[in-house]
Order: sequence, then structure tokens, then C-alpha cells
Amino acid sequence: MLAYVLCMVLLAIGIYGMVAKKNVIKMIVGLAVTEYAVNMLLVVLGWRKDGIPPILAPDHPEQVTRVGDTLHASSQFLATTVDPLPQALVLTSIVVGLAVVALAVALAVRIYQKYGTFDITEIRKLKG
Amino acid sequence: MKREGMTLIVKTITRLITGFILLFGFYVVVYGHITPGGGFSGGVVIALALILTLLAFGNRFVEEYALLGQEGLKRSDVLAALAFLVVAVLGYFLASDTVGRVFFGNWIPIGTPFHLWSGGIVLVCNVAVGVKVATSLFAVLLVLAAFHNHRRYNPAEPKEE
Amino acid sequence: MFEVTTVHYVLMGFMIVASLVAIETADLLGSVICVGAVGFALSALNLLLGAPDLALALEVVDVLTFVVLIRVVRTRRDTYHATSRDTLGIAAVIAGLSVLLVITSLSLADLPVFGEPVLRMTKGYLEAGLQSNAAVNYVTSIVFDFRGYDTLGEATVIFASIIGAFAVLRRVGRKHEA
Repeated sequence: MLAYVLCMVLLAIGIYGMVAKKNVIKMIVGLAVTEYAVNMLLVVLGWRKDGIPPILAPDHPEQVTRVGDTLHASSQFLATTVDPLPQALVLTSIVVGLAVVALAVALAVRIYQKYGTFDITEIRKLKG
Repeated sequence: MKREGMTLIVKTITRLITGFILLFGFYVVVYGHITPGGGFSGGVVIALALILTLLAFGNRFVEEYALLGQEGLKRSDVLAALAFLVVAVLGYFLASDTVGRVFFGNWIPIGTPFHLWSGGIVLVCNVAVGVKVATSLFAVLLVLAAFHNHRRYNPAEPKEE
Repeated sequence: MFEVTTVHYVLMGFMIVASLVAIETADLLGSVICVGAVGFALSALNLLLGAPDLALALEVVDVLTFVVLIRVVRTRRDTYHATSRDTLGIAAVIAGLSVLLVITSLSLADLPVFGEPVLRMTKGYLEAGLQSNAAVNYVTSIVFDFRGYDTLGEATVIFASIIGAFAVLRRVGRKHEA
């Protein structure tokens, strides 16, 4: 329960950085922190205490059972593995977050080239 | 980012280690179904190796290789995305009936576990996504670097207080 | 000895402190470095939570975010001093976020206990995974085979944002009109 509350605190800090700051770079920093917080919440939901990563290792033969001529994951593996579904959702979300930060930085570079400042109050005064 | 790159020490070290980073990136992409990794993380590692070359040698050196110019990058990006989509659509026609003729049905013959040729559709999709992510991210940084060099902002008066 | 969850809480506390420093400091270069530290700590936390794929992916993505942010910060002036401070606005934002935190904490008590997940949807994937496609890494088999449609959507989102970045920075070849 404490772990989930700490994730929400990090999310609140990220949202504060995006909303209450006047510098475009600080807004991008807040965006990055919000992404980290959401990914962390998803991964924390899938942890099992004393769990192993959801990958079968070839040098641990007790993790597979052989039925006929096909291999199956053994029940000992199923009882100690960590949930792989949240990790699958987060894996693509991390790279999508990077692409969004790259797009935001491209916008910031263009803003600086046009207005000469990163301060949004001054950009609002200069009407283009 | 200057157009000519950095000092001689940086260039020598980059020549020595870029090959190893690329090799590690290809390993993470191709063995994505056996060890941790996969298309997305391997693609970012390959993009990092190419960005190291861009930072150390400058824009002009990188753009003179036709394969790493902007046109070549955009073409390979689009081709990899199309390959991913074609593999997915072919599952609708070619999948066997045990898997089901659905979108993303597994129509490539699956091998034995723990071998390189296993996982069917997973291996081909890993390679397609790895190429796509690597070329996309490198192309964005190339455009950011070239933008800075061509349109430099000249402040009329200093902007700090 | 400590429980294993103590290390998790210490890492989370470090991330919260580093993100506060990243947002509040006046030095732009310092805030970019602190975001890199947050990503690094999260990558270590992923490794301790049994997710080695995510640790590798987040580590390299953190380095690349750092490179991209340094590119926009380095060539400008490094410090930024607030010209005016809108205290009423900042107080309203903090009050709103506190209300959000209180309300979500009441509903977070219904989630499964930290350390005992409910594997309701994953049981099918784990039991039938090796027969359906012989991929030993269950995370990759879920991403590309069982839930491949979501991966297609994410690849489209990456594609769209990269094209957006190209479209914003389009006028590269123009000669600078002197």
C-alpha cells in the first residue's frame, strides 16, 4: 500500500512540474517524471514476493517439465514467477515516452528560434 | 554540435568501440525471445551507437554515407513498419487452424524452445521493430543537429534580466 | 537483516527527492541531470522487481533522453531566474494535487497487496505459452504474439511522433537569408 502511495506522490510531483512552471524546459522535465511514475506503478503491481523473472533459464532444469516431446513450464515455475503482463505493457510505453520527449524538445527548439526565450509569459506578450 | 566533430582522442575511441556497441545491439534484437531484451530495447541500443558516430565525427561525415543520409533512413524506417504490418496481415491467411486464422496468427513454423529459430512470428517482428526504432530515433537526432547548424539565433540584446 | 521491500522504499524515496530537486532548481543543466538520476534509480528498482527487460530498456532510454535534453539546454544560457511568482496559482495547484492524492489513497487500498499479485489473465499465457509459440521469454511472447495488436498501435504512435518532429523542424535546407 505504501509503494502505491509513493508512486502517486511521484505522479503528483510530475503534474505539478508540468502545470505550475513557467519555463518550457521545466515542463518537459515534468513530463518525463510523470512517465516514469506511471511506468513504475504498473511494474509495482506485478511483483511477487521472492519471485523470479518470467524467463525460463536453460541451466535450471526444474523449471520445465517434458510431456511427450514438448516442453511445458513446470508448476514450480508458475508458483514463483513474477507477473509478465504489466511488464509487457510497460516495455513499449517506455520507448513511446522517449519519442514524445523528442517531439517536445523539437517544439522547444523551434520556440527558442522564433521568440528567443523559454519563458512562456514573455512568449504570450509577443504576438508572433 | 559542430559540423566537424570532436577532438582526435574522441574519434579514435569511437572507432574502437562503435563496432562492439552495434554487435551488442544486434544481439539484443535477434535473441529477444530467449534472453531479456527484444526489438524495442535493442533498437535503442543500435540508435545509440549511430548517435555516438554522429557526435564524434560531425554532420558532414555522417551525411556523406548514402545509407545514413536522411532519405535512406526514412526509407528503411517505412519499409520496416510495412514489413511488420505485412507479417501481421499474412497471419489472417496463412495461419494453421489450431492457432486460428486471425490477425497476428502465428504462421511461421515454430521450432524447439531455447534454440535460435523458435518463437515463429516473434523473431521476425523483433527484427522489424528493432530496425524501425533505431532508424527513427537516429533520424530525429540528425534533424535536430542539422537544424541547429543552419539557423542560429542571433539575439539583438541579451535576454537575462 | 532488512526486508527486501526496504530497499524498494529507499529507492522510491530517492526518486521522489531527486524529482523535487529536478523541478525546483534554478539551474537548467542541474535539473536535466536530476531527471537522469531518477531514470537510473527506476532502472535499478525494475531490476529488483524482477523485470530485466525493463531495466535494460529504461537504462538506454534514460541515456538517450539525457542526450536529447542536453542538446537543447547546453547552447543556451544555463540559469533561469523566475521573473514573477504567482503564489495564488501555485497554492491552488498544490491544493488540487493534495485532494487528488487523498482520494486516490482511499481507493488504492482495494488493489492487491504489494507482493501478492492476482494472476488472473496471465495464467492462460503462462501455461499455454510454450506450446503455442516456443518463445522462452514470456514478456516478448506476450508483446509480439499474444498481444501483437497493441504493439502495432504503439509502433504507430512512435511513427506519428517522429513524423511530427520532422514536420516541426522542416526548414533545414533553406539558406539563411542574410
